[in-house]
Amino acid sequence: MHYQPVTPEDKESMLQECGVAKLDDLLRGIPAKLFRPKLEMPEALSELEIQAFLRELGARNKTAQNMLSFLGGGSYDHFIPSAVSSITGRHEFYTAYTPYQPEASQGTLQAIFEFQSMIAELMGLDVSNASHYDGSTSLAEAALLALRQTGRRKILLSAAVHPHYREVLKTYLKGTLYTVEEFGFDGSGGYSREKFFDGLNEDIAGVIFQTPNFFGVLEDLEGIADAVHAVGALLILNVYPLSLGVVRSPGEWGADVAVGEGQSLGIPLQFGGPYLGLFATTRALVRRVPGRLAGLTEDNKGRRAFCLTLQAREQHIRREKAASNICTNQALCALAACVSMALLGKSGMKQVGELNRDRAVYLREKISELPGFKVDLNVPIFNEFVVGSAKPFTQIQSAMMAKGFFPGIGLGDFYEGRGHDFLVCVTETKTKEQLDRFVEALKQC
Amino acid sequence: MLISPDDRLIFEKSRPGRKGSGLPETRCLKDSAAAKLPEKFRRKQDLVFPEVSEPEVIRHYVNLSRKNFSIDTHFYPLGSCTMKYNPKLNEWAAALESFSAVHPMQPEETTQGFLEVFYNLEEALKAMTGMDRFTLQPAAGAHGELTGMMLVHAYHESRGDTKRRKVIVPDSSHGTNPATAALLGYEVVTIRSNAQGRVDMAELRKNLDAETACLMLTNPNTLGLFEVDIQEITRLVHEVGALLYYDGANLNALLGVVRPGDMGFDIVHLNLHKTFSTPHGGGGPGAGPVGVKAYLVPFLPQPLVEKQGAQYRFVTENKASIGRIKSFFGNSGILLRAYTYILTLGRAGIIKISDDAILNANYLKEKLKHVFPVAVDEPCMHEFVLTLKKAKDKGIHAGDVGKRLLDYGFHAPTVHFPLVVEDALMIEPTESESRETLDRFVEAMKQIAREVEETPDLVRGAPWTLPIGRPDEVRAARNPVLTYRDVVREKEKVCREGAPIA
Repeated sequence: MHYQPVTPEDKESMLQECGVAKLDDLLRGIPAKLFRPKLEMPEALSELEIQAFLRELGARNKTAQNMLSFLGGGSYDHFIPSAVSSITGRHEFYTAYTPYQPEASQGTLQAIFEFQSMIAELMGLDVSNASHYDGSTSLAEAALLALRQTGRRKILLSAAVHPHYREVLKTYLKGTLYTVEEFGFDGSGGYSREKFFDGLNEDIAGVIFQTPNFFGVLEDLEGIADAVHAVGALLILNVYPLSLGVVRSPGEWGADVAVGEGQSLGIPLQFGGPYLGLFATTRALVRRVPGRLAGLTEDNKGRRAFCLTLQAREQHIRREKAASNICTNQALCALAACVSMALLGKSGMKQVGELNRDRAVYLREKISELPGFKVDLNVPIFNEFVVGSAKPFTQIQSAMMAKGFFPGIGLGDFYEGRGHDFLVCVTETKTKEQLDRFVEALKQC
Repeated sequence: MLISPDDRLIFEKSRPGRKGSGLPETRCLKDSAAAKLPEKFRRKQDLVFPEVSEPEVIRHYVNLSRKNFSIDTHFYPLGSCTMKYNPKLNEWAAALESFSAVHPMQPEETTQGFLEVFYNLEEALKAMTGMDRFTLQPAAGAHGELTGMMLVHAYHESRGDTKRRKVIVPDSSHGTNPATAALLGYEVVTIRSNAQGRVDMAELRKNLDAETACLMLTNPNTLGLFEVDIQEITRLVHEVGALLYYDGANLNALLGVVRPGDMGFDIVHLNLHKTFSTPHGGGGPGAGPVGVKAYLVPFLPQPLVEKQGAQYRFVTENKASIGRIKSFFGNSGILLRAYTYILTLGRAGIIKISDDAILNANYLKEKLKHVFPVAVDEPCMHEFVLTLKKAKDKGIHAGDVGKRLLDYGFHAPTVHFPLVVEDALMIEPTESESRETLDRFVEAMKQIAREVEETPDLVRGAPWTLPIGRPDEVRAARNPVLTYRDVVREKEKVCREGAPIA
């Protein structure tokens, strides 16, 4: 095996040093009945064969490269500068361990610190952690923070939050004393103010909105933070980080906790993961933050030094009293996001936001002119919107796929009675010519 | 100087007007006012972001990378972390556009390549562990543990058995075990280990009862010792109606040696970033698939992958499922890397992993036990624990030896863990290391042992050769500086109030 340097000669002499004749002599404690089971699996392939095999398997996937894709729904096809993978491909980053030995991990720690700085900045909040598994688990952890902070037992959740995220939250709370109550949305796809206020009371620990929500609608949250705080609850917003160069930040809405899926910041689609859970909050809540935090300090000679900090919250110190059981961050994905944000910079964050909005507004207008399709031109959007169709979406989808398009995500899989509606996403990656082609193809459906 | 002494943040290299990426200028809308967001939804707050060119970004992060240890540059004898080589073929596979550019909401018939990877990976994991089915969704080991404990809860509840509020963990267990159980509201009962660091059977018997939901166990345990009473443990746990959970952190010792499923474990989680060679990435991403016995399959998170004829499908038919544990399907890119690794090794290669890992650990233990005492002197599995308790009177602890090793070009072992050993150094060489590397490590340890006797300050103050010395962690926690804005604020405070009094 070319990954393992031990030769038969090494083995023999090393066993001799251990005072045994054969390896199994070191394993005498294992019950004989269970020892050395037969493994039913294929034998090894050569690297050459594996490359051919995986190429062949890959050819059975269609991709955002060989189809013109308008899929979004929590995973977005954005431009990734070549410089990002050249940094994440540095062996010193991707083959390093968690930075528990700060002297040997200043690279990872400083990058995490810069990542935290950029995320806190984007979110308009004081602090960000070193990241979570993904947006959905960040959201669940935010709910847990609110429940612990307030000592209450109920979460009020917008039904326009991504369906997977709502499912994950419910899974996390199943079997606990905590409950989730959902409030609905109105015909425009925005949350219903009336239903929200019906649900809000002093039993609520935290209120969760997503903006832009699952339907792509930017939620009008004017006055919401005050109402939430008036009953002693926390406001949690799930946001789209790449929008925040132009879109009002969670901090500007008065949120206590902001979470989001960081995939849009330089991380490939890769079939849903690994992605990047963002988690930011106010200084007042910093000691309740789950997961790792990198902090700045000085070394014993007064030099700038970074280390993991406030570790008294974490499982390896606190065991059953920890703030969370989490023992990871998506460090390499956070690095990709960090490099990607540094490259975009201040002007690029704004520009990319404007490009998304430009293409989405253009496409929505064009579709509004098509017979058999309907869109709401009045709802505020970022880069995604709902299209209603006279025909069932499944028909539209087959016809469009035959022409080389992924037309969007059918809402019928997620909401009852919405089999004719689909979600269309358009990012900066699309050109006017491609959008016109899409509209032309829809017209022929 | 090889390593750049420049310690500025990327923000501190910023100059107005610079940018590091090329975006198109072309707009689709003729009327730029239409593209503008309504006032209420617009960001007003200034964005304090770096303004730097691409070459500056590259030099900045390449220089940062050089301040890291990594498995491609250094040996990590890091117990329970299984820092093995990360094959480059795996990275090649994950970078293939035919996998990396697949959207998770594409119709199933356009993702058959990925589904086949999932299916085949699950089959291989089943074969190696003796479990009946796996969910590939969990994103990490602790996430797998959480999923596992949810399965425990769902199982008991489905039987109307609601009085089980206790989860038992040995005092040698990983910190995530009690943290996970507590997260689900279980009362954590920690049981003492016996003198050999194994489960104390009397203690276990005393604590097992009709209120026990589960025993969480790592086998081999964190001392690298096989739980020789495992069959009796299984029998006792099942006798009171509880389940047995396998923390797969130490699976690298068992491939082809013994299977968790055969030992009687009901639920296992695996760390693909340990046993199956996916990179640690400086702290993630990983993947933590969870395997179960047949009677727990109905509770697994959804969707699962099944093969129907020549087609692969996602199925979501289990009404009793605990639900979704993560958006989409899991860390697909990591699953693909692990699958590639399994293809490369094949059946015989998989067995050789554990054989070589065990051989390397025992060899190293034999060499080192004369340098520092070994906690339990008997043949080990893939790791072992030394104790530094004798150096205590010199004011030297396990952590100091770990720091000193950094000066010798070796990453520190896991220090001060497991908690059952005083001043523990936990060492796991893995199968990736050659005998020569192990011998060089032994020489460094011998040298440090001499230093402990003759020049203890050299050890107490280590490391001396890295970009920084020991950071002031107390200060970091007392006055958290967590963002660039905090840095700016601190600077202003110093300007206003003068330097802080030390």
